[in-house]
Amino acid sequence: MSASAQSENRLPSAGQPAADRPAGSAAAAIRGAKRWYWQRISAMAMALFVAVHLVVMIVAIRGGLTAAEILGRTRGSLAWGAFYGLFVALVAVHGSIGLRNVLAESTSLSERALSGICLAAGAVLLVMGLRAVAAVTLGGAA
Amino acid sequence: MRRNDFRARGHAGWLAFAVHRLTGVLLILFLPVHFWTLGLALNGEQALDGALRWYQMPIFKFGEWALVLCLALHMAGGLRLLWIEFAQWRGLRLRWIAVGSVLSLAVSLVFFANMLG
Repeated sequence: MSASAQSENRLPSAGQPAADRPAGSAAAAIRGAKRWYWQRISAMAMALFVAVHLVVMIVAIRGGLTAAEILGRTRGSLAWGAFYGLFVALVAVHGSIGLRNVLAESTSLSERALSGICLAAGAVLLVMGLRAVAAVTLGGAA
Repeated sequence: MRRNDFRARGHAGWLAFAVHRLTGVLLILFLPVHFWTLGLALNGEQALDGALRWYQMPIFKFGEWALVLCLALHMAGGLRLLWIEFAQWRGLRLRWIAVGSVLSLAVSLVFFANMLG
């Protein structure tokens, strides 16, 4: 068995120095359970959003995609703004936790580093996503 | 890789895990590009159109189809996981992987047909 195979099979956070594990394993386990919960809740909600998004894309792509077509649908629309705003918030939660899980299972990063990356990824998705929502609902007038 | 790993991985359930993980990572890498493109509308309709014209290239068209397939597969795989975790246990539900994959491919092909037509 190679060293890499061994580290691949290592449980997340096992074998780390205790100082690297914040506030003991019970608290860490509770945080892990909460992450699991939030990822599942966001997934359930997103199933609906993704289904709508797929239908919109299939309809919108017909005859090519133009800015006028996209903005014609979304500009000034409170409903689409709310839909995509919520979609972005959900994807920031779901994607950042998912990324954390992937990194926890495939790298030897510390809990602290994993949480830092998870929070940073969530923040980037949220800010960039909300900026995009603002752009298609409020922008495009020029 | 250990010999045992091949046996554990030569299985629809492991393939479903691998596809779910791969599509998830691809989608999270794509999202910043997606958001950046749409954000161009802040600079006006022409700015967004400029980027959309780039995406008319064949390679991007293939990419768009692949992304729709990724999204559909990730959704199908996710629904299967939610059902396994939250619904009452009934059998191995391996057929769900095949059904979800075929439906996802069908959705992506409808998108592809609309993109060309």
